[in-house]
Amino acid sequence: MTLSLTINGKTHEVRSDPDTPLIYVLRDELGLKGTKLGCGLEQCGACAVLVNGQAVLSCVSAVEAFDTKEITTIEGISGTEIGRAVQDAFLKMSAAQCGYCTAGLVVATTALLSRTPAPDDDMITQALTPHLCRCGSHPRVLRAVARASNR
Amino acid sequence: MPLRVTPKGIACCGAGLEQVSLDAHTLIADWITFEGDRLLIHTGKVDIGQRISTALIQITHEELTIPWGRIDIAPVRTGHAPDEGITSGSNSVEQSGYALRSAAITLREHMIMMAVARHGADAADWQLTDGVLSLSGTNHRIELTDLIPDVAPDVPVDQGHLPAHRAQNDLPRPEMSGLRKMVQGAFTYVHDLEWPDMVHARVIRPPHARATLRDIDPKTVVNLKAAGFSIIRDGSFLALAGTKEWPVIKAATKLSGACDWDLGAGLPAKNVFDALNPKDAQRFLVVDGTPTSKPIPDTNPNLDHTARFERPYQIHGSLAPSAALAHWTGEKLKLHSHSQGIYPLRDSIADSLGLALEQVEITHVPGSGCYGHGGADDAGFEACLVAMALPGTPVLLKWSREDEHAWEPFASAMAVELAAEMEGGKIKAYSAQVFSDTHRGRPRPGPNRTGPARLLANHFRADPIGPIATAPNLGKHAGMHRNLEPVYAFAETHLVKNLVTDLPHRTSAMRCLGAAANIFALESFMDELARGQSIPPFEFRRAHLEDPRALGVLAELERQVSLRPAMADGSGRGIAYAQYKNKMTRVGISVELDVNDRAEIRLLDARIVADAGRVIDADGLTAQLEGGFLQAASWTLYEQATWDQGGIQSRDWDSYPVIRFDNVPNIEVTLLDHPNAASVGAGEASPGPAIAAIANAVFDATNIRMRRMPFTPDAIRQTAAAE
Repeated sequence: MTLSLTINGKTHEVRSDPDTPLIYVLRDELGLKGTKLGCGLEQCGACAVLVNGQAVLSCVSAVEAFDTKEITTIEGISGTEIGRAVQDAFLKMSAAQCGYCTAGLVVATTALLSRTPAPDDDMITQALTPHLCRCGSHPRVLRAVARASNR
Repeated sequence: MPLRVTPKGIACCGAGLEQVSLDAHTLIADWITFEGDRLLIHTGKVDIGQRISTALIQITHEELTIPWGRIDIAPVRTGHAPDEGITSGSNSVEQSGYALRSAAITLREHMIMMAVARHGADAADWQLTDGVLSLSGTNHRIELTDLIPDVAPDVPVDQGHLPAHRAQNDLPRPEMSGLRKMVQGAFTYVHDLEWPDMVHARVIRPPHARATLRDIDPKTVVNLKAAGFSIIRDGSFLALAGTKEWPVIKAATKLSGACDWDLGAGLPAKNVFDALNPKDAQRFLVVDGTPTSKPIPDTNPNLDHTARFERPYQIHGSLAPSAALAHWTGEKLKLHSHSQGIYPLRDSIADSLGLALEQVEITHVPGSGCYGHGGADDAGFEACLVAMALPGTPVLLKWSREDEHAWEPFASAMAVELAAEMEGGKIKAYSAQVFSDTHRGRPRPGPNRTGPARLLANHFRADPIGPIATAPNLGKHAGMHRNLEPVYAFAETHLVKNLVTDLPHRTSAMRCLGAAANIFALESFMDELARGQSIPPFEFRRAHLEDPRALGVLAELERQVSLRPAMADGSGRGIAYAQYKNKMTRVGISVELDVNDRAEIRLLDARIVADAGRVIDADGLTAQLEGGFLQAASWTLYEQATWDQGGIQSRDWDSYPVIRFDNVPNIEVTLLDHPNAASVGAGEASPGPAIAAIANAVFDATNIRMRRMPFTPDAIRQTAAAE
């Protein structure tokens, strides 16, 4: 059985078993290594991708659940103006240390700002709290979110 | 910005650790080479998210003015990179940075003399801008890169030059190395390596560290092998490999279910804080920050203020589980690893496998932030074991989240007992005793095959090596006694290190080593004593400090605090001060927080004032101070490893919670730049005072003195009930 996935605007026929979590299809079958695995338990947010514009964790849910959905990974995030603005803001604010959480945070911020161009602090906290950063880059990430939003 | 070239400088900085790297690698070419018009920096220090790459590029740019876009860091690989030991102790800027700056200054002056020889004039008449030498009043222009072929390969680095003068903030800053790729998802971590014909591997772990593998259900083994998986067993070390990652994970779970483990007596379920006492300890009197064999005098009976502070076992908890790629060609073992010490790891692996040093080559590839000795070295060796069993096949071995939480070497649990005698509003006599297992568990060569004995998999092999008891670390401000010596001038001090072994868990170095608990203790105690004397906390500290730069940090922090609004009910403010190892970065921190009815702590505001000497990468330094603060806040409020007889219980981010975006305060960092002072590392400077400032703010808010991390709502309620 093959599944058809739409990723970063392109359609892919996928041969992985349908029970394979999406992230392994992205990384191993399609070579999109930008999405990071941190826990495989939906606890750390490193693996977030956009699914129909929402930030969704990709490390547990089976790939078959994403059939016919529009998926955007970090590699495709610059396809929108908001995505580019978020990447640029992370760059300008040096919003990373080791960078392993960065892809997930850029994805989450893009989802947030696409929905709410000028989010308040509570909305930002809510959007980012599923994401762990162990280096303590949080203040910079928050500054990057502020820079990218219309505030 | 043009750089005025000065004639030979005068000796500076000098006597200190900074020369370690340069003494071992004495030529310019050991540190700087060119490829075409690009400059290549050679370093043995690895970038673990602390931005050493960015700082080294900045240093080279400052001295040679070559645009940073044309400066690269060479791959850090054994046999090629300078052997700078382990990237730890906040020494990278001091050691590698010093070596590189000296090499760059020597190279610059050498090339100016070449220009003088060719075109005349005085050295001082040549100006260096954007990597081009020009002679004022003429149109002589020479690219540095054009001179390079004529620089002899054996020019030694001339040590002891003053770095070029620069005004503050007048230099453009390089973009953080790698950041552009990180935001695009294009930065390569070791986890992302993909080689032709590569297999993925997982290790099947025992329920706990003292279990042994009795048997595996043979039918499962046959089925898995028939399905194309390789099963590698060496005693109780068990791994599985196959071509696709997810099927490997599923197969490893199956294989795990087919294992019959002998659990032995299980993990010791004792209370580690009870075990941290002088009865079973190796004891050392600490003098001048250094453990000695001198007899330990009885404690002064007049020390009537006493308090004991404790930290539980905690984990590094790297965001990415450890990983490594190994390839055994039949003659050479090539390992790609995020180890912080590629040379000591190479030596330990070669010894473990009976290979010559030249047969093992390790290349550093970034992992996620590690904050000390996490699982990197162990995963590297495990990848090697699997690769040796599959000659010719590259093996990418990854730990799971559970592996990382349960099997990385923990940060040692600690206790610190303080006592003091007051006189005239000052501390007259002071005693500090620290209790802990080792903080030194990294694999590196030593007696009784220390290196192999500290690699986890060797404990489980059919022919096991280790674990072995660790010899006490007798270095100055090393291990558990880092910052045990107070930075304050107390008339009489009595300092004792107590090494307690035979505790439940394997331990090793985590950010700050003993300094985190020692500064938590000392700075909480200072707060208690100051309050007892009704002396303001800044004034009480100043009364015991002579160092003008320490006083400068406190003055700036006090100025900032004086501008803050008064605290509301249920809120509090606490301050703390420390100088890492009493010789590196000086940091003062003020924290404001509130404690709600459910005893939850919400961090509101943090002010960090730091003096790290000459500032090289201000943004990187600030990032380290902020990051150190937040990691320490996470230790303080949330983190503790838990276990019972059956094994480690804290195995994920639910059972081992850490700080998240919902408790990040506003953080303001102020750097006091001292352009003529040596640059010192700051990666470990802020955590100690951060912990104490939070503890002191909790007391300010609640009158509850928290002396054991973490300050969970349960712990706060229990402490309140006990008082």
